[in-house]
Amino acid sequence: MEKTGSNRTNNQVLSTEDFLEIGGHRLQSRFILGSGKYSPNLIEAAVHQGGAEMVTVAVRRANTKDSENIMNYIPDGVILLPNTSGARDAREAVRIARLARELGCGDFIKIEIMKDSKYLLPDNAETVKATEVLAQEGFVVMPYMYPDLYIARDLVSAGAATIMPLAAPIGSNRGLVTGEFIQILVEEIDLPVIVDAGIGSPSQACEAMEMGCAAVMANTAIATAGHIATMASAFGKAIAAGRQAYLSGLGRVLQRGACASDPLTGFLYND
Amino acid sequence: MIIINGKEMALQWETLEDYILSQNYLLEHIAVERNEVIVPKAAYGQTKLLRGDRLEVVCFVGGG
Repeated sequence: MEKTGSNRTNNQVLSTEDFLEIGGHRLQSRFILGSGKYSPNLIEAAVHQGGAEMVTVAVRRANTKDSENIMNYIPDGVILLPNTSGARDAREAVRIARLARELGCGDFIKIEIMKDSKYLLPDNAETVKATEVLAQEGFVVMPYMYPDLYIARDLVSAGAATIMPLAAPIGSNRGLVTGEFIQILVEEIDLPVIVDAGIGSPSQACEAMEMGCAAVMANTAIATAGHIATMASAFGKAIAAGRQAYLSGLGRVLQRGACASDPLTGFLYND
Repeated sequence: MIIINGKEMALQWETLEDYILSQNYLLEHIAVERNEVIVPKAAYGQTKLLRGDRLEVVCFVGGG
């Protein structure tokens, strides 16, 4: 079971069988890599150094220069997660999802519906509608959403495979701005919670994993880094470390005072 | 006239297959919608293009 919460056991910590299952695929890596805004030549190195097994892509009108097609740059064996970016309502998202499936790389779809290009916030209500239609059509639906508990429950009822709450506005690299609300989803929603959008650094990705998120999706943090493949590597390690910390069970936090780590007996000055 | 990816063009192809081949698209990298209905690749040859048709030819691009 993906969600372990407070009933996790040491067996899971020690087990090598920790994987993320989505749509019948078992992912060892919990790092979902975006492919936007950097040279497609760098995708393969980023995938390999980051250890990503799933890569997101978008659907757009084709030009006829096939040499530029992104599919020429995605390594074999990677699971493609197309998004519905550009959709302004559920109807457009469904249309894009069907085209994505026709492109022949599986049934995964990340629903993104935005009416606003300034903040790029997802339209939660339209996202629920699109999730319902696409889940019924057999898609593995991974909706991008604003972290709202009631909408998350509606997405579960609509047949979502995961939920993908935003940490901060898309492309902002501002980190876990909505962290407390994502934590509520982790506690209450019995689906993998994958943080999507806003994660800007490996430490933020690690923290999301320590909170119990199932995976982290990152694009801009990698695309705007000084060295793309090395940053992907740092993300991969941070995400794995945060997962391990979560499974281990973080140590408790004292609200006040201190607690010695050393024995409080046998001091040299004692008589 | 026919509208392909938002551009009006003179209708100079008989079938969808004729159009696709004329543009050097690689079939495995594209999907086509005609009047908002997906055309399966196997049906390109039988799909006659008609005046006023709206085609969308799409592919994957980098994205997040």
